[in-house]
Amino acid sequence: MKTVLRGKTKEVIINTDGPVIIIGESINPTRRKKLVSTLQAGDFDYVLELAKNQLDAMADMLDVNVGFPGVDDVKLLPETVKQLQSHFDIPLCLDSPNPKAIEAALKVIEGKCIINSVNGEEKSMNALLPIIKEYGAAVIGLTMDDGGITNDPYKRLAIAEKILKRAVKLGIKEEDVIIDPLAMAVSADPQACIVTLETIRLVHEKLGLNITQGASNISFGLPDREILNIAHMILSIRNGVTCPIANPEKITAAIRAADLILGRDDFAMRFIEYSQRTINV
Amino acid sequence: MENLLEKLLEAVELGKVDKKSPYPPQLKDQDGAYELAGKALEQGYKPDDILEKALIPAMANVGNRFSRKEIYVPQMLMSAKAMGGAMLHLKPFFQSGETKRKGTFIIGTVTGDLHDIGKNLVSMMVEGGGWEVIDLGVDVGPEKFIKAIEEKPHAVIGLSALLTTTMENMRKIVAEIKAKYADAKILVGGAPVTQDYCNKIGADFYSPDPQGAVNYLNQLVSI
Repeated sequence: MKTVLRGKTKEVIINTDGPVIIIGESINPTRRKKLVSTLQAGDFDYVLELAKNQLDAMADMLDVNVGFPGVDDVKLLPETVKQLQSHFDIPLCLDSPNPKAIEAALKVIEGKCIINSVNGEEKSMNALLPIIKEYGAAVIGLTMDDGGITNDPYKRLAIAEKILKRAVKLGIKEEDVIIDPLAMAVSADPQACIVTLETIRLVHEKLGLNITQGASNISFGLPDREILNIAHMILSIRNGVTCPIANPEKITAAIRAADLILGRDDFAMRFIEYSQRTINV
Repeated sequence: MENLLEKLLEAVELGKVDKKSPYPPQLKDQDGAYELAGKALEQGYKPDDILEKALIPAMANVGNRFSRKEIYVPQMLMSAKAMGGAMLHLKPFFQSGETKRKGTFIIGTVTGDLHDIGKNLVSMMVEGGGWEVIDLGVDVGPEKFIKAIEEKPHAVIGLSALLTTTMENMRKIVAEIKAKYADAKILVGGAPVTQDYCNKIGADFYSPDPQGAVNYLNQLVSI
């Protein structure tokens, strides 16, 4: 199954058969206070720098989250989108729980983006899915709902299925629904990552959809975080993750290696391309 | 005789829960916190001394080592579990009132937020600091906090939020609690929270790590 996204002109295809598409995570104010202060001052240099660094590290798309207390994201999300698109021709992933901010950004965005995210709660689906249909975007469905977060992979699969059915019923194409299996810190629960990996496998096998995940926090509270994140990413890719939201500056090399090992990189061209790019920097 | 309390302190600090626990390997087949606390009571140690000379200092060491990044979350959880084993023996004394705790701490993750790790770590460390802890869970709104405070009017309150989008709910909860209980002390924490934000919303204390919260609480009761 293929999810097709577009920037102004550039097309990015997320294919359930790979190779992996990287959605850069760094435009996000958590632990990056400078992003809030610069954006509030109408200064877009820092957000453009974050974008450039991620694209240099081979991000295919960029997640854009400007939500922070005191920030008017209905105004700021579309402004940031315009700034990013005037400098870089890549598809974006609009990250906000605020339907008004999402709609305001959809009005100005060029191409076809991903909305991050809806979850299985009635309130969330009702608020966002109609807008997503209206503007023809793709959507990430988080596998949690009114019952909270479950540790049973089959229940997470059922939530994914619920979101898919609801989206399709509203006229959103099946291939435009991307599932996020939820990734939790393995320091607090040694079973946390295997629940995620099982959910990925089930969604891949039973629904055949593209799968994302924001997984940089699975390593919270542990040493050698980068190694843990890489191990989790590679196992996730093996089970069916096709478009992780991650830090390309830390993870692209491992992702390129995984694609090559899984036979999705003819003549190792993508692996070599990345390797030579880093040497040149 | 002090040796038994020292052993208990070591067992909690190293996360040796009970005799059959395989961790840490160097204490294999030795008594854990559960057995040591039981033996201490049998030998006539006062519950107060077990708490103050073994459990509290052990958990303070754990909290400080965590703050210095010498140990990690799983080790802290093991120590908390070991403390819990020892606490089983002390529960009856808390209930009868023979052993008093420093005060009550009410904690919860705020409305709309389901993250519980940070909240749980603070909860364990505060209990290990000698406080009674009432954990309201996740996605807790102002009404639930206020209801809990009605039952424990002198409690200190802790709010946790892990998302930039949910931390704003702290503002409302702080305002509603302070409107009813002007003297209530409120602590805030979580990844996106800062000292600046704490000041802005009128909360009383921000700590980037669990031990900071314990130290603040202890300072409140030592005045």
